[in-house]
Amino acid sequence: MTAEAVAFVGVAVVLLGSSLAVVLTPNLFHSILYLAVALVATGVVFLLLDAPFLFGVQLLLYAGGVVTIVVFAIMLTERLVGRTIRQASRYLINGALLSVAVFAGVAGFLVQAPLAGARPGVSGDLTLAVGRALVGAFAVPLELLGVLLVIALLGALYFARSEP
Amino acid sequence: MPLGAYLTLAALVFAIGLFGVLTRRNAVGILLGIELMLNAVNINLVAFARFSGDLGGILFTLFTIAITVAEVAVGLAIVIVIFRVRRTVEADHLDLLRG
Repeated sequence: MTAEAVAFVGVAVVLLGSSLAVVLTPNLFHSILYLAVALVATGVVFLLLDAPFLFGVQLLLYAGGVVTIVVFAIMLTERLVGRTIRQASRYLINGALLSVAVFAGVAGFLVQAPLAGARPGVSGDLTLAVGRALVGAFAVPLELLGVLLVIALLGALYFARSEP
Repeated sequence: MPLGAYLTLAALVFAIGLFGVLTRRNAVGILLGIELMLNAVNINLVAFARFSGDLGGILFTLFTIAITVAEVAVGLAIVIVIFRVRRTVEADHLDLLRG
């Protein structure tokens, strides 16, 4: 096995294990900590796919931003309730059956599809090309994204305002 | 590793996230499952971009990550408002729109 294969197997084990822990742990707070591990593992998968810029974005926005927001939400609702949120699950067997069926469907498609075995070599700096594309061909979507973030900010503020 | 390995990993994470969405009672827990599913899609996008030599997938992943963060912020704001009004975040208890 090459170094890349060893790294891939290691990351895959961590990612799948922490993902399972996210959906199975009874304590919601632990669930978020495992989600942080899963998000960082996803970032390492991006690194293996030669996208270090996405790894940085993943760490900053997801592992940094999303996890912090969710922890805030948990702390708020938990303090308001005044007890630790235990979370029960329901329909375990039905959910597992449906998830396995979806995976089987995707896997059946993957087996049939003609997929590339080897990746082409990297030509030049990918981060540089991403930056050029963001202010070139993708400039308008980038601006729209900025507008969307402002709208989301205003929306969240509106929801979270104190009652008059 | 071949492209199929990355796609299989992403499909597994997607199935696990779907399981979480289907089985969690807590609204925040359901949101966490959705996060996992979106992550799996991002892995797919980057893998296809890398193996086809096209930059589009990586750019698309940047956009989906940013949009997801906005979605989480608004979603959690809604959860907190629901909690304020109804004193619960259990999805089963939120049946106000049931006919």
